[in-house]
Order: sequence, then C-alpha cells, then structure tokens
Amino acid sequence: MKKVFSLMLVAVLAISMLAGCSGSKKGGTVNTDGSTSMADVMGALTEAFKEKEPDITVNYSGTGSGSGISGVLDGTCDIGLSSRELKQEEIDQGAVAHVVALDGVAVVVNPKNPVTDLTTRQIADIFTGKITNWSELGGADAPIAVYGREDGSGTRSAFEEIVGVEGKCVYTNEYGSTGDVIGNVASNENAIGYASLSAVNDTVAAVKVNGVAPSEATVKDGSYTIQRPFVMVTKDGVELSEAAQAFLDFASSEEAEEYITAAGAVYPN
Amino acid sequence: MQVLFTLCGLVAVGFVLLITVYLVISGIPAIQEIGLFRFLFGKTWAASGDQYGILPLILTSIYGTAGAIVIGVPIGFFTAVFLAKVAPKKVANVLRPAVSLLAGIPSVVYGLVGMCVLVPALRGWLHLPAGDSLLAAILVLAVMILPSIISLSETALEAVPREYEEASLALGATKLETYFRVSAPAAKSGIAAAVVLGIGRAIGEAMAIMMVAGNVANMPALTRSVRFLTTGISIELNYSQDGSLQRQALFSIGLVLFLFIMLINAFLNLVLKREKEA
Repeated sequence: MKKVFSLMLVAVLAISMLAGCSGSKKGGTVNTDGSTSMADVMGALTEAFKEKEPDITVNYSGTGSGSGISGVLDGTCDIGLSSRELKQEEIDQGAVAHVVALDGVAVVVNPKNPVTDLTTRQIADIFTGKITNWSELGGADAPIAVYGREDGSGTRSAFEEIVGVEGKCVYTNEYGSTGDVIGNVASNENAIGYASLSAVNDTVAAVKVNGVAPSEATVKDGSYTIQRPFVMVTKDGVELSEAAQAFLDFASSEEAEEYITAAGAVYPN
Repeated sequence: MQVLFTLCGLVAVGFVLLITVYLVISGIPAIQEIGLFRFLFGKTWAASGDQYGILPLILTSIYGTAGAIVIGVPIGFFTAVFLAKVAPKKVANVLRPAVSLLAGIPSVVYGLVGMCVLVPALRGWLHLPAGDSLLAAILVLAVMILPSIISLSETALEAVPREYEEASLALGATKLETYFRVSAPAAKSGIAAAVVLGIGRAIGEAMAIMMVAGNVANMPALTRSVRFLTTGISIELNYSQDGSLQRQALFSIGLVLFLFIMLINAFLNLVLKREKEA
C-alpha cells in the first residue's frame, strides 16, 4: 500500500516538473477587447501568433471600439482594439494608439442592383434622405432602404465623418453589428449600407466611389477615400505583460503584413 | 432548517433590492444632467449630437404593446373559450400542448422567423423600402403573448362554477350565449390578469423585436422603423463609452422601463386581489 502511495507521489512530482518546464518559455494570456470590425484581422493575427508562440493564448472579445478603449484604460484587458482614431478625451486619459492596419469602409448594395458607381455627393444625398428612389441614380424604380450602424459604432462614425454627413443621416434601419448590415443588404434588393471592406463578401456588391473600386491597393494609396485605421490601444505608463508586448510587437512587425492582407485589411507602411 | 429557507427567501428579496438600488443610482445622474422633462419628452435621440430625448422610445413601447394586446387578446380569449368549453376533448388535448410549446419557444426564434418571413412579406405587400417596422414588431409580440393569455384565461374560465352555466342553459340560453354572457363575466378578473400579464411580457421583450423593428429612434408610425425602450438599451450599450453621458442615459432608460414594469405589476396585484375578494 505504502509502495503504491509513494509511486503516485513520484508520478505527481514528475508531472508538475514537466508543467514547470513548459513555463520557462514565454507564456501567458493576452486579453484583447474591442471593435467588432477587427474580428477578421484579429483572427488571422492570433492564429499566426499561435504558431510562433504556442504558449501564449490571445483572447479576443468583440464588444465595440468604445468599450475596448475604456477596457484598456480601466485595466480589464491588456490591449484595446479600436476601429476609429482615438478621441482627444481618450488620449487625455492616457490611451496610446498603435496603428496596425488600414481598412476601407465599403458602400454596399444588393448584387441585383444595377447601380455600381456613386459619387461621394450622391452617397451623402442618399444617406441624408435627399435621394430616396433608385431611379434617380439610374436604377430600378424602387425606394431606397438606407441601412447603417447604431450610434457609437466605429464604422458609423468613420463613414459619416469621411462622407461629411455627421449626425444628418436618415436611416431606414440601424443594426448592432457589421454582419447584420451585410446580411440585411444581401436579403433586400432596395438596400444600401456600409461595412468594413474586410467583412464584405460576395453576397453583397461594393460600389465604386468617385469611380474608384475599394481594394487593398486603392485604400493603401489613398485613392479610395472612405477609409479608417485599425488601432491597438495601450495605456500610457502601464507596462504590458511580456506576452502582451510580444503580441503587439508581432502585430506591428512586417511579419504581420501577409496575415493582415489575408484578412482583407491593408498593411499601413 | 428554517434558517436555510429564510436565507433562500432573503436571496430573492436581496436581488430585487440590489437591482432597484443599482438602477436608481446609475439612472439618476443622466436624468439630472439632461433634465427630467427634456429626457422624458425630448423628441430626438442622437448620442453623437448629445440629444437624449426618449419620447419616441416611450411612445413606441406603449403603441407596440397596445397593438399586440389589441391583436393578441381577442385571439387568445377566443382560443381559451374554445379550449375550455367548446373543443372536443381529443382536440383540446392536442391544442393545449401546442399552446404551451408556443410559450417555450425562445424569443430569438420568434425574431428569426419574423426577420426571415414576416419582414420580407411586409416589404412586398406594402411596397416599403425595408419592411422592418412597428407593424412587424406588433405582429411578433401578439404571437408571443398568446400563450400566457390563453392559459390564464382558460384556467379562469374553467374555475367558473358549473351551476352558473347549468342555470343559464336551464333558462333557455344557447351554449354560446352562456359562454359569453355568463362564463366570461364570471371569469373577468382572471381574464384581466391574463391581459396585464401579456402587457408585462410585451413591454419587456427585447430580442425578438430588435430583429424586426429596424431600431431607428423615429416617432412611432406603423410602417416606419422604430426603437423600443428595451431595444434602445441593448443596441447602443456595446459601443457606448464607459462613463459617458450616452452610457448613463441608457441606464436611465432602464430605470424608466423598470418603473413601467413596476406599475404594471402593481396593477396586476390589484386585479388579483380584487379577484380574491370577489
């Protein structure tokens, strides 16, 4: 009986030594929190990072740019994710921005819609309710359903600011996530909406803006005008954990370019 | 043993108190900053423009609930009469489980069916740009409150003493006359309780109507996209900045909704008390 007991004890000790060994490399957990628009980019980055540093777990929760930034300021997450530039009051509270990617905001319509090219002016008129029928734009005689995001969304504030329609939009419907907008534009022939370029798939059609189709190349050289930064946010004066620093370094390195590109966003440098 | 039971009872009371205190504490600051009158009767809700008037949300919640009651109560009441009095036993035994199954369907499923079937149908029939509207929300809510109205009314109708009905039939009234002029009035406080319970369910629902109402804070109109008190909170909470006036105002909406539901509960208790005394 005693022998069995001591054997078990040895086994437990041996296992705990093994566990100790794996901890000697870089390990730990990185909690990231924020923009839902950054889901694809974060997915690609964490997957690639996992191969490089298998002992570091990167968690991502998509709660929205605002709560991601306040999360990092409150210390509830390591890195905040924002799909808009930081506001002055956030910078005053110590938020530091690291731009890891650029993203075009695509204006999307149903694939059956014959309208494929709009000017910034026309887009502004549609979203402020001056143009209400597709026939005014060369499309079918059908009312325009203007879909957008709810107030506070990074995509919405980026879109409205760039198009110059801040606070003047007349939406038919508002949705709580990028996926909802895409899904509802895909199911309604009358709809127009906006969504992160990286989230656009072939269930919807992205229109040309001023004759320029949204793509990585046109976002990077600036000729596609409706674009915004993807930002990783840290807090000034708060030292990151080894794991979090490693992830941030990886995300801003040249190595990350192929993954960011693969996720549909644009590498900034 | 008694201590354990008392403790369990206190836990429930404790949570109610905790939620009440939390809602009041977090809901008051925004109302103070915006001003009670401007908060309750302001017609524009636009967080980016710092305008926080929830009149459209309040009216939408009231209209939506009223609409659901207007459609749901007659259907529910007649179903209850059918189940309690008219239906052959075999039919009732199939219908009754179906009704309770309706009560068990998660609200997100109601929303999904509404979004995929009802909304495109309304878009086609009424030539709307989108179809998400107050009307769609009312129809979904009307179906959702059916089970509680049916089962409560049925119980009330079945509790009516047989002698009443027999006396009525003996005096030469037809069966239908008996059900509607004798049984229903005798069960009226139970039916009233069913209606109030339906109101409570409709006004507190968020998930299903968020998927069909369109969620723009317009003044309510049947074919326009609208935002309820409940959906107003859930759609903006994720992206509102912590500690901002927007976040605080969302808590204030919660407080208003809480007061609404307290009122309805108090009313329900009153109705039930009168039933007991009668």
